Amino acid sequence: MHSLNWKPVATRQAIEARAALNASIRAFFTGRNVLEVETPILAQAGVPDLHLVNATTELTGAGLAKPQTYYLQTSPEFAMKRLLAAGIGDCFQLARVVRNDELSRRHNFEFTLLEWYRLNFTDHDLMHELDALMQYCLQAPPAEYVSYQTAFQQALECDPLSDSAERIARQLTAKGIDCDVVSDNKQALLHLAMSLVVEPSLNPEVPTFVTFFPKEQAALARLNENDPRVAHRFELFYKGLELANGFWELTCASEQRARFEQDNRNRKAQGLPEIPIDERLLAALEQGLPPCAGVAVGVDRLLMIQLKALSIEETLCFPSLRA
Amino acid sequence: MASYSTNEFKGGLKIMLDGEPCSILENEMVKPGKGQAFNRVRIRKLLSGKVVEKTFKSGDSVEGADVVEVELAYLYNDGEFWHFMNNETFEQIAADEAAVGDNVKWLVEQNVCTLMLWDGKPISVTPPNFVELEITETDPGLKGDTAGTGGKPATLSTGAVVRVPLFVQIGEVIKVDTRSGEYVSRVQK
Repeated sequence: MHSLNWKPVATRQAIEARAALNASIRAFFTGRNVLEVETPILAQAGVPDLHLVNATTELTGAGLAKPQTYYLQTSPEFAMKRLLAAGIGDCFQLARVVRNDELSRRHNFEFTLLEWYRLNFTDHDLMHELDALMQYCLQAPPAEYVSYQTAFQQALECDPLSDSAERIARQLTAKGIDCDVVSDNKQALLHLAMSLVVEPSLNPEVPTFVTFFPKEQAALARLNENDPRVAHRFELFYKGLELANGFWELTCASEQRARFEQDNRNRKAQGLPEIPIDERLLAALEQGLPPCAGVAVGVDRLLMIQLKALSIEETLCFPSLRA
Repeated sequence: MASYSTNEFKGGLKIMLDGEPCSILENEMVKPGKGQAFNRVRIRKLLSGKVVEKTFKSGDSVEGADVVEVELAYLYNDGEFWHFMNNETFEQIAADEAAVGDNVKWLVEQNVCTLMLWDGKPISVTPPNFVELEITETDPGLKGDTAGTGGKPATLSTGAVVRVPLFVQIGEVIKVDTRSGEYVSRVQK
């Protein structure tokens, strides 16, 4: 019977809602003179981030002596930064991206990221703009802001920056959350606590920005000049969903190379394959990335909110297991 | 026994946890956009019956549990063990008090029960959803009362006590839902 299940999951109403959301996103950025761009889904470099898994494929053709591994992009970030270094200016993209090993009520192997970059914006400026987008596209109420540290202090009575793994594990256990498998790994404990305690403690009725993530989770964000324990990285939560992740972008090529190399050392330590570093991105950063902030928003999750959907599948014509 | 990765977790899968066979009730992956992925799993421990929530790192593997369910007819109790038989192979197996538990009061000879076996040994006995049992003791009710309000306790031949309507009398056979322990109807003999 499974093979006969050819019909779309998304209803006509859901498909129309997606078309309307895409149109309102484009109208929002056109009104602000932000250029729509398109970058490759397939690229010769992947992402070394410990917690992202590239899907890959082998391609061959004229000019390629032997089949070449291509990485399906987990985000258009690297390509868009190359555009920024080349002087494209403010730009946005509605990008189809692929993340291997991510399938759940809130995850589909391929999904749509709205990613945009603004020159001379800080993370704070960009949060204001995302707040405006949420009000424009989803009629959301004005956003609230809380630092990562404060959010943890309020929800878990611990300090994510200074407390030990042992103390965080104890607080989680007191909340009835089993964390034996990662009890000595502070960053993993913080990820678990974020998903299971801190995020559910945020007011679901108001878009909430969590700001200043710990430097260990800086990813591609610059560190805070006043408190180097934290980075200019933020996330947006609303209606119980993680919607967006943004940075005041790191522009220093050598620092970026060091972080990629650290990622690969972490991968090796965990027995994961190392990912070739995107030298074209680093060459672009060496040429000079203009000061900018960038953010990625999960469009399918925006639709989940609009449609009051319990599963991401309701927003998709053909979810991965039926694709 | 095979081992299972978290990607194979689903309701009904039997795994070993802390030396105890367990059945997975629910499984959900949680993963921040940039962060470690976990599986949050609701698990029933099959010996104690306790339901617990466990956290696994996505991609980790756990040992499977050799747990199977078989349909066997109840034969008799020898004072220590309850004996069951496979009606096709006539193979017999004995369950101890821990496996039979509270369901002892629903065991009727010849009834086919579901036994859960771990490494071949019974760890639980589930009676049929409905059993028919004779009333051995109850207060005589008022004749003509058919409203069914209130009811009264009645002791059955196995020792089980259920609430029955006032008109039901000693010596009658009634049908009982073993899942809720509730009276369903009288059985005409």
